[in-house]
Amino acid sequence: MRALQDRVPDLRPALATSVGRSALPFAIAVVLAFAMDKLVGPAVGATWTKILLDVGIAILLAGSLNVINGYAGQFSIGHAGFMLAGGYAAAWLTFYGSVHWFGTKEPIAGFLGKGQLLFLAGCVLAGVIASVFGVIVGLPTLRLRGDYLAIVTLGFGEIMRVLGQITARQPKNMTTIKDMSMFDLSNNLGGAEGFSQVPSYTTLFFVYLFAFVLLVLVYRLKYSTQGRALLAVRENEIAAEAMGVDTTRVKVVAFIFGAFFAGIGGSLYAHQVGALDPKELGFMKSIDLVIIVVIGGMGSITGVVLGAAILVILPEVFRQFADYRMIAYALALILVMILRPQGIMGVKELWETSWWRRQLARLKK
Amino acid sequence: MSSLSASDLLQTTINFLAVGGLYALIALGYTLVYGILRFINFAHSDIVSWGAWIALTVASAAGWLASGRSGAAPAFALPLVLLVTMAVCAAMGVTIERLAYRPLRKAPRLNVLITAIGVSLFLQNVGLLDKVFGNRPSTISALLQNDVLATVGGVQLRLFDMLTIFLTLVLVVVLERIVYGTRMGRAMRAVSFDERVASLMGVNVNVVVSVTFALGSALAGAGGILFALRNDLRMTADASWVLLGLKAFVAAVVGGIGNVRGAAAGALLIAFVEVFVHRYVNAAFPDKPWVGQLQDIYVFGILILVLMFKPSGLLGKAVREKV
Repeated sequence: MRALQDRVPDLRPALATSVGRSALPFAIAVVLAFAMDKLVGPAVGATWTKILLDVGIAILLAGSLNVINGYAGQFSIGHAGFMLAGGYAAAWLTFYGSVHWFGTKEPIAGFLGKGQLLFLAGCVLAGVIASVFGVIVGLPTLRLRGDYLAIVTLGFGEIMRVLGQITARQPKNMTTIKDMSMFDLSNNLGGAEGFSQVPSYTTLFFVYLFAFVLLVLVYRLKYSTQGRALLAVRENEIAAEAMGVDTTRVKVVAFIFGAFFAGIGGSLYAHQVGALDPKELGFMKSIDLVIIVVIGGMGSITGVVLGAAILVILPEVFRQFADYRMIAYALALILVMILRPQGIMGVKELWETSWWRRQLARLKK
Repeated sequence: MSSLSASDLLQTTINFLAVGGLYALIALGYTLVYGILRFINFAHSDIVSWGAWIALTVASAAGWLASGRSGAAPAFALPLVLLVTMAVCAAMGVTIERLAYRPLRKAPRLNVLITAIGVSLFLQNVGLLDKVFGNRPSTISALLQNDVLATVGGVQLRLFDMLTIFLTLVLVVVLERIVYGTRMGRAMRAVSFDERVASLMGVNVNVVVSVTFALGSALAGAGGILFALRNDLRMTADASWVLLGLKAFVAAVVGGIGNVRGAAAGALLIAFVEVFVHRYVNAAFPDKPWVGQLQDIYVFGILILVLMFKPSGLLGKAVREKV
C-alpha cells in the first residue's frame, strides 16, 4: 500500500479531461441556445418567440436575484436598479457605437457579425457596470440585515431610477452624434423620456445562451464551497461566522454575482424592447422579480425557472380578460402565499422531489 | 437673490410643515403595523389612494361636487367626508388584516410581504374597474376652496396648508394619547415588545392587531384626502401613490420604525430635505435644470445615510442580536 500522497497523482484526471469536464455544460448551453434560436423559435411562431424571449430574460433576472435572496438570504428589492445600470451601459455602447463605427442606427444582420459582436460587448459592459453597483449596494450589508437591508436596496433602486431620469437628452441626429465623442455621450441617456431606438439585437440565441450559462453557474455555485458558505450565511449568520465563513466577503460576492447577470438581463431587455424607460425599471419591476423568486421557491434553481415561465406565460394567456387579469393575479399571489408559503418548489430542486423520484422509479421498471 | 428673502423662507417653511404633516399621517400607519407585526405593509399606500377616492365617492353622492364650482359645498362637508372616509378605511384595514395577513401570522416574513404586495395589486386594480372608481383621474377640489386665511409678512397662509398642519397635529396627539395613555395602547406596546408574553398576560393579540390596523388605516384615509385636496386625484394604480407611500415609509424608517414619535420626526426630516434642501439647492444652481429633479434622490439618500450610521433609525432602539 503506497502512501496517499503518492497515489493522488494517479487518481487525478488528465488536464484535458478536467478542463473538458468543466467546459462541457457550457458547450451544451451554446448548442441548446442555438437550437432554441434555429429550431424552437421558427417552430412556435412570432408571438410565442416573443413570450420565450420574455421568459428567458425573466429566468436570467430572477435567477441572478435568487443568488442574493435565495442563497445568501440578503433580502434585496432593488434588483431593477442593476438592470437599469446594465441596460443603459449596453444601450449607450450599441446605439452610439453603431453610429460612430458603423455609420447606421439600424442593427447589422449576420450571426456573430460585427453588429452582434458589439452587442455582446455591450452585454459584458452591462454586467461589469452593474457589478460595480453590486459592490456599492453590497457594502451596506456589513451593517444592515433583514428588513433594513431591503429598505436600503429599495432606496438604491429608486435612486437609480431618478439618476436615469436626470440624464441629458438623447441626440437622434446622426451628425450631432458623430460630433460628440463616445465619452461625451455617456450622459446623453435620454432623461425622463427614456433611451429610445436601441437596436433590436436580442434574439433567442443570446437570451438562452446567457440564461443557460447562468443556470450552469448557479448550479455549480450551489454545490460548491462558496455556495455552502452562502447557504450558511442565509441560515444563521452568526453560526456561519463562528465556522470561519468570511460573511462580509460572501455577501458582497453574492451581490456582485447577482448584479452582473442582472446587468446582462437589462441589456437583453433594452435590446428587445428597443427602449429604456427609467419609470418602467423602478420599484414595481424589482417587486415582480422578487415575486418570481418567492413563487418559484427561494434558493431553488428549477423553482425559479418554473416561476419565471409561469409568471410570464400566464398573463399572456389571459390577456383577453384585460381588467380582471391583474385582480386574479393579485388574488392568486395571496392564495399561493397562504396555501403554499414555500413557493412551488420550496428549497428543493426538481430532481430532489419525491415526485421526480417516483417518475424515475417508474421509468426504470 | 430676491428669491431667498425672508418671506420666501416663511413660505418654504409652511410648505415643509404641510408636506411633513402629510407624510407623518401616512408614516404612522407603517410604523404602527411594523411595530406590532414586524412586516412592511406595502398595501398601506393603497389605503391612502382608496381613502382619497372614497372621499370623492362620498362627496359626489352627497351632491357636493355636482356644481363643480369650487367652494360650493357647505362648511360641514369636509369634516363629514373626513369622518366617513376614515371609518371606511379603518374597516378596510381590519378586513384586509383578517383575510390576508392573519393566516400568515406564523409564516416567514417574506411571505407576508409578498401577500401585502398582492393586496396592494388587488386594491390598485379593483379601483381601476369602471364600477368602482374607474380609470380616469378626477378631482375633489370643489369640496373646499383654498382660501387665503391671513397674510403674514407678505406670505399668504392658505387654508389647505393650515388644515393639513392642524389636522396632523390633532391626529398625532390623539394617536399619542391612545398609544401611551390607554389600556389598549398599553396592550399594543406589550404585543410589540413580545407577542407571546403579552398573550400569556391576557392580552387578546388579535384584537390588538385589528385595532392597530384600524388606527393606521384611518390615518391613511385622512392622509389620502389631504393629498387629494392639494393634488389631482390620480387613478388607484398610478405610480404617484406608490411613490407617496414609499416616501412616507422612508420617513417611518428614518425616524425608527415601530416608534410613533419617530415616525413624526422622520416625516419632518424627509419633508425638510424634500422641500427646504430642494428649494435652496435649486436657487443655488439656477443654470442647471437637472438639479430640479433631485428631490427623490435627497429623500432616498437621507434614508441610506441614516441607516448606514444609525441602522435602527433616529429614535429607534438598537436591537442586540442574541446567539
